[in-house]
Amino acid sequence: MGGFFKSSIGRKVAMALSAFFLMFFLLQHFAINILSVFSPELFNEVSHFMGTNPLVQFALQPVLIFGVVFHFIMGFVLEIKNKNARKIAYVKNNGAANSSWMSRNMIYSGLAILAFIVLHFIDFWFPEINTKYIQGDWSGTIEGVEGFRYYEELTHKFVSPIRVGAYVLAFVFLALHLLHGFTAAFQSMGASTIRKKRLQSIGKAYSIIIPLGFIFIALYHHFNH
Amino acid sequence: MNLTLKIWRQKDSKTKGRMVDYKVTEISEHMSFLEMMDVLNEQLVNSGEDPVAFDHDCREGICGMCSMYINGEAHGPDRGVTTCQLHMRMFKDGDTITIEPFRATAFPVLKDLIVDRSSFDRIQHAGGYISVNTSGNTQDANAIPISKHAADEAMDAATCIGCGACVASCKNSSAMLFVGAKVSQYALLPQGQVEAADRVKNMVAQMDLEGFGNCTNTGACEIECPKGISLENIARMNRELMKASI
Amino acid sequence: MALDSKVPKGPIQDKWTDYKNHIDLVNPANKRHIDIIVVGTGLAGGSAAATLAELGYNVKAFCYQDSPRRAHSIAAQGGINAAKNYQGDGDSTYRLFYDTVKGGDYRSREANVYRLAEVSTNIIDQCVAQGVPFARDYGGLLDNRSFGGVLVSRTFYAKGQTGQQLLLGAYSAMNRQIARGKIQMYNRHEMLDVVKVDGKARGIIARNLITGEIERHSAHAVVVASGGYGNVYFLSTNAMGSNVTAGWKIHKKGAYFANPCYTQIHPTCIPRSGDYQSKLTLMSESLRNDGRIWVPKNMEDVMAIREGRKKPTDLSEDERDYYLERRYPAFGNLVPRDVASRAAKERCDAGYGVNATGEAVYLDFASAIQRYGVEQAKIHNISNPSKEKVYELGQAIVEEKYGNLFQMYEKIVDENPYETPMMIYPAVHYTMGGVWVDYNLMTTIPGCYCIGEANFSDHGANRLGASALMQGLADGYFVLPYTIGDYLSDDIRTGKISTDTPEFEEAEKEVTDRINFFVNNKGTKSVDYFHKKLGKVMWDKAGMSRNAEGLIEAMAEIKAIREEFWKEVSVPGTAAEINPELEKAGRVADFLELGELFAKDALMREESCGGHFREESAEESGPQKGEAKRNDKDFAFVAAWEYKGEPADAVLHKEELEFKDIELKQRSYK
Repeated sequence: MGGFFKSSIGRKVAMALSAFFLMFFLLQHFAINILSVFSPELFNEVSHFMGTNPLVQFALQPVLIFGVVFHFIMGFVLEIKNKNARKIAYVKNNGAANSSWMSRNMIYSGLAILAFIVLHFIDFWFPEINTKYIQGDWSGTIEGVEGFRYYEELTHKFVSPIRVGAYVLAFVFLALHLLHGFTAAFQSMGASTIRKKRLQSIGKAYSIIIPLGFIFIALYHHFNH
Repeated sequence: MNLTLKIWRQKDSKTKGRMVDYKVTEISEHMSFLEMMDVLNEQLVNSGEDPVAFDHDCREGICGMCSMYINGEAHGPDRGVTTCQLHMRMFKDGDTITIEPFRATAFPVLKDLIVDRSSFDRIQHAGGYISVNTSGNTQDANAIPISKHAADEAMDAATCIGCGACVASCKNSSAMLFVGAKVSQYALLPQGQVEAADRVKNMVAQMDLEGFGNCTNTGACEIECPKGISLENIARMNRELMKASI
Repeated sequence: MALDSKVPKGPIQDKWTDYKNHIDLVNPANKRHIDIIVVGTGLAGGSAAATLAELGYNVKAFCYQDSPRRAHSIAAQGGINAAKNYQGDGDSTYRLFYDTVKGGDYRSREANVYRLAEVSTNIIDQCVAQGVPFARDYGGLLDNRSFGGVLVSRTFYAKGQTGQQLLLGAYSAMNRQIARGKIQMYNRHEMLDVVKVDGKARGIIARNLITGEIERHSAHAVVVASGGYGNVYFLSTNAMGSNVTAGWKIHKKGAYFANPCYTQIHPTCIPRSGDYQSKLTLMSESLRNDGRIWVPKNMEDVMAIREGRKKPTDLSEDERDYYLERRYPAFGNLVPRDVASRAAKERCDAGYGVNATGEAVYLDFASAIQRYGVEQAKIHNISNPSKEKVYELGQAIVEEKYGNLFQMYEKIVDENPYETPMMIYPAVHYTMGGVWVDYNLMTTIPGCYCIGEANFSDHGANRLGASALMQGLADGYFVLPYTIGDYLSDDIRTGKISTDTPEFEEAEKEVTDRINFFVNNKGTKSVDYFHKKLGKVMWDKAGMSRNAEGLIEAMAEIKAIREEFWKEVSVPGTAAEINPELEKAGRVADFLELGELFAKDALMREESCGGHFREESAEESGPQKGEAKRNDKDFAFVAAWEYKGEPADAVLHKEELEFKDIELKQRSYK
């Protein structure tokens, strides 16, 4: 089994497994965020639960961080290996004739997403860690705000049009990344063609609806506050 | 028609290569691409120049020897054909055609458009067979019925001609379509299942050792494969390796 | 030297078994000390190399391609015969034997053919065990096809790529031995001479086609499995690299060359489209089951079609000449290959060829589409179907049967064969002649064996469809491994053969001198110029029909071309690099000698048999008027030629053919 993950196929499988985890996380994240559009109270409740539940904080969060880091590092490792597999490039290459733009540019869509995650961490995750683990404030409340602070923090971030623009752009890249990545992950796991046909539709739906949903949330809060 | 050809020239594996321009005239649209290359070479020989070296043999799309990257695509712009089956009617008078060797670190250039594909052979040595003696004293050919579906699928995988277009077209120079096809052919037949686990492990290990890239499922190999080998074979190989490893 | 075929005594059905029971064997420990060289890795060479290695011998295998998998056996389409009688239609070893001898027009050696039929069933078992994906029916059992010239269904197939699948099977068996270190594989190597020590074949000189290095390789026996020499015609369905060099080199060192004039010219190939053409493409024989062959009756229509003023579909039934149906009412379009080919040539020579080169006839599926359409309409209960409906239904059936061939034709010719008749013309396809071998498959050089298409043994003067694959694998898997052991049992104490001997030195020098001559000659004409010129003489004068006058001219013309070649040939580049022109030069030099012997053999054989049609030997009267006339009284022998310097000086040795188990008969298709 140890040898397996050192093989090219093993790496693909590892890539796919981390992708599945991230796609599930994304779905979950989206489900919580969309609550902010319908019910700030419910959004606050759930956010507080996620932010303070020990299982989420000490089990799922490290796994998530590992998943993200792993997916990126493995992505870069594979990219370098793949580049080395053809040291002299073609003078003329017509990639568009046989493959989609998305499939050929996963590294670039991935980098765009990475940049976004850095921004996202600065915006939300670092302050959150600071509040909870350095200052030791696990109350979820803030002075001057009634109830939990999460909704307030969320809407606050979507005031700046530049940030919203970056946010929207990042999710366009995410959609492009998913449009190839979703089905590719299944292919790497050995899913057969028959199921792939249905998978392709599901994949397309997922890859467009989720990022579009995130964009919607951002724009909604931007224009409503 | 008259054409400008931009062709990769490289004296041997140690020398650096470069693109060189040539002109050919009065090319008939009924010619095959390699016959057009013959015209160029005849022209070069008659003017005392070194002709362009390229691999070719059967010229009917089955031996897998011919291997040109034409205008940015393995075996050129037509589908379901090898270079030798590509016809000049796919091009227009006055066109400029770029011709390069199949490129991959595991396919080093030997001269001009000729590459060394012995890495494919070595992958096959690692397990591309069923360990049965050629005594002729095996059981009767009809002793084990094989469903028509499995036999047909095995045949579809087995039609691979080992040309390397999959590697050449893949942005990662991955050989997974080639290896997947061989693994699949045997995995689908009862005769091949006995040593299926060792086979897939050994062949994948050798493939990795040769320096081929990793599959990122772009699907370019399937589109450019002259024999239409399906991506499903890669999925099956992935399953086989997982099964063998767990 | 008298020719001894070494056929064992006894009844034909017991010969092979008795033989195997009484030969000397080499014990496994001793096999490790014996080396065997195999030249060529097609069905015969590949299967031989794998089996010999498996038995324990050290095998060195050579091929000029970049991988053994690319040998031209890979291009065989139709199938492989075996007397399995799975269909229960009365097939048997005897029947396969009988069909093959008769199909060969009674010019093959009975004992060899019987053995071939006997081991044919093992081939199928073996291939299935190796994972060859033969076609199967819905019950999961093996399916069969029918082929020309026989009354049973005994052809096993893997779509239209049977040769490919069988070769990949043999290649996989080789891979297993390469991995075990029992086969040392020399890809991109060409054998350029055999080395004899004390009269025995003990090694070869080979050129590394990448570095140009000349290498010495020694062994206790040498097996030549280098395929046929159809490329002597320049245009053929052979691969571009297919050549006679290995066979010719051993001939020059003492192996007799048998029946060089027996060539199979296949009737259904895609015609030449111009002078630039490099090779011809075969369309499966099966097309003649449903296609009707014709040319226009009137010369005006021929001219109109050639000039594009008329289309073939414009001609009414009355204006067409279905010449096969006219001449051979009993067999019609399904006459054997040689007869169909000659009839096409006759019409085209008379000026009725339908394309620009004047060398094409029509193969028309319109009536088949119509016939199937009407039948389908009945099956589907459509009363008074429209013309279009009938056509649509009929086309679907034709597409189901021949779709891949039609598609291939359209890719090459750029015409839709459903709408306009296909154009076809005969092309050189296979050579029945080859190096003479005895029952053991050994040539007249002790220790030098020849198997597969490269030898002459099993197909007589004409080969039946789906028999070439059978012979290649039978020789390699099941015959040679026994017979070679009998010879090698004397060599267990010989020890390693040194390459550091005067014999190797001399052979290497000869090879090097010749290569140096080519690269230094700086002539004025390319190798292809001579090859094309040779091909034209061969095709015009030693092609589908031959006469004494033409053959005498051919001999003189080939000699003249050869002399010019040695003066004027130009080979660019150097000897120490990949140099395809240099490779071609060596091969064409040998073709230029073989071609002359070919014509000499055809001239000597004053009878018509199989693929060899002598215009002087035709029936003069009666219903068979104009048809081939065999002469069993004077020519029931194998012509084995001994090299004496010039091809014209070759000495004829006859191996008389005895037919004890089959009665000789005239073939009639009227």
